[in-house]
Amino acid sequence: MTEHRSLSDVFAATREANRAALIGYLPAGFPSRKQSADAFRALVDGGCDIVEVGMPYSDPVMDGPTIQAAATKALADGTKIADLLTIVEAISTHGGVPVVMTYWAPVTRYGVDAFARDLANAGGRGLITPDLIPDEAGEWLVASEQHGLDRIFLVAPSSTDERLAMTTSRCSGFVYAASSMGVTGARDQIGDLAPRLVERTRRVTDLPIGVGLGVRTPEHVREVASYADAVIVGSAFVTAVDHDLRQAGELVTALREATARS
Amino acid sequence: MITGNAVPDSRGYYGEFGGRFIPEALVAAIDQLTEFYEKAKVDPEFLAEYDALLRNYAGRPSRLYHAERLSAELGCRVLLKREDLNHTGAHKINNVLGQALLTKKMGKTRVIAETGAGQHGVATATAAALMGLECTVYMGEVDTDRQSLNVARMRLLGAEVVAVRSGSRTLKDAMNEAFRDWVASVDTTHYCIGSVGGPHPFPMLVRDFNSVVGEEARQQCIEQYGGLPDAVLACVGGGSNAIGIFAGFLGDEQVRLYGFEAAGDGAETDRTAATLTKGGVGVLHGSLSYVLQDADGQTLESHSISAGLDYPGVGPEHAYLKQTGRASYLPVTDTEAMDAFRLLCRTEGIIPAIESSHALAGAVRLAKELGPEATLLVNLSGRGDKDVATAGEWFDVIGVTRTT
Repeated sequence: MTEHRSLSDVFAATREANRAALIGYLPAGFPSRKQSADAFRALVDGGCDIVEVGMPYSDPVMDGPTIQAAATKALADGTKIADLLTIVEAISTHGGVPVVMTYWAPVTRYGVDAFARDLANAGGRGLITPDLIPDEAGEWLVASEQHGLDRIFLVAPSSTDERLAMTTSRCSGFVYAASSMGVTGARDQIGDLAPRLVERTRRVTDLPIGVGLGVRTPEHVREVASYADAVIVGSAFVTAVDHDLRQAGELVTALREATARS
Repeated sequence: MITGNAVPDSRGYYGEFGGRFIPEALVAAIDQLTEFYEKAKVDPEFLAEYDALLRNYAGRPSRLYHAERLSAELGCRVLLKREDLNHTGAHKINNVLGQALLTKKMGKTRVIAETGAGQHGVATATAAALMGLECTVYMGEVDTDRQSLNVARMRLLGAEVVAVRSGSRTLKDAMNEAFRDWVASVDTTHYCIGSVGGPHPFPMLVRDFNSVVGEEARQQCIEQYGGLPDAVLACVGGGSNAIGIFAGFLGDEQVRLYGFEAAGDGAETDRTAATLTKGGVGVLHGSLSYVLQDADGQTLESHSISAGLDYPGVGPEHAYLKQTGRASYLPVTDTEAMDAFRLLCRTEGIIPAIESSHALAGAVRLAKELGPEATLLVNLSGRGDKDVATAGEWFDVIGVTRTT
């Protein structure tokens, strides 16, 4: 059994600093396979506490147009699971904290245990699974335990209290709260579903709660940081990285500053 | 009448296949659907309402027809289950009327659907118009071009048709887009899945609503021809017409069940949609089944001349029937299907859907194998009006005026 390198150290540190953690998402292989590790390093250097390395997938039913286009570009450039693992290793070596976000099809094809083993060996801390609910996760529960990886399942505004309790009881590291009923993508407003969902989730778990979907500005980050333990940013970073890495780094820094609680 | 089957189990598994690989945001809606359906299928009022729609609106029971000239050509008895005679021209109406009724019962006001050839889209638009529901249909851009007649039909019926430009711009991409819509609109919207794929309970529910095909066919075979057929044949894309007719004969072990997949240029080539022949076990669109995918789990693009079969996945119950050996699945190329298309046109005066022509091609093959005493029951799942442009181009008969 691999030593469990949980994300709990990250949240202990951000709590100590009285701020929310900043989690940044990019698909692996974006803006190109060659530049991908640099893009993630820019996220780490800019101040992301955790980086989400997305496995680009051909049929991403939870992704909005920005992330889907980025993933399509990464796939067209030949990005494979092997590249994802190489990038995870590069991030870890650089001092970042990588977790992988992936649809379930690539993992089942690779082999659930083999994926967990190779991810842990590459320095990955856990897995976010947008289309794997705990009800179907028997094999993953065993493999993640075996290889010491965190299991980050999602909760949604439509989740019942029973499901919140069941899902969070299977989570480790943190709980991913979807801010709204919808796919990924920058939005003008975060909306009022997220604070209510976080409040309901806190009643059933002591795990840190991260809020994602639609977060893009320092104002959004300040708003989310006031009630959640982590702020998750995806599409806004994808758009910035597509422009240039320096701009992406500046955005990360601006958002990181906004994580501070007064 | 809705008949069930021994599978799936309570978690939606057919042996090792099936399940619910979905975002958490959809779980509440799927649970609600499951609950309403479980109650509806034993509710006499719901069943009576559904049955009345099938009889008075869809035109059921559909005929069982002895195709004598085709039989003479093939050298055995061929019976056609005429689902092409249903309102909107295919078996798709059976499922859609049931799901539209459920939508109303759940208090939702909008339906969305994905469609390849357009038959499911037309059926959904039809049921939505009938029941006063809003309707949006997602269709790959490639398919909107090759099935423009059905696009016009859906629009005339009041549906919004959205051409999907992502991915291979065919059925699987339309399904992705419909899922995205559903995640964002689930409070008011029901996703009316058209085939026996997707997360549980869809494969079960779509099968049950189409099982009327097999139930009728079995009874008609006995009443009209004094016994059961030797083999039941159907085309398989996602697999809804096949599972519908198979459902009536699963308990009759002496009846062989055959599904014919679209091999495109050949199952050995990259231009194919023969999922059960060439694919591997994987997850696509919410369930674990056979999928055409690469070593990294990325879905491969499929190819078939038939927009309705051009899909790289297949319903989990077919994967189960293949694994248990209860049904056999064989590939049929575009050329074989189009030869069978022409054969039915010329021998019986029936223009079949290109989908159904794959099953007819299977009959041509099986007739030789099973011999003159055999009775083959072929599910003629749809009519070919929508495919006239494709077939016309294939046979080079469009726009040709012969003068003397």
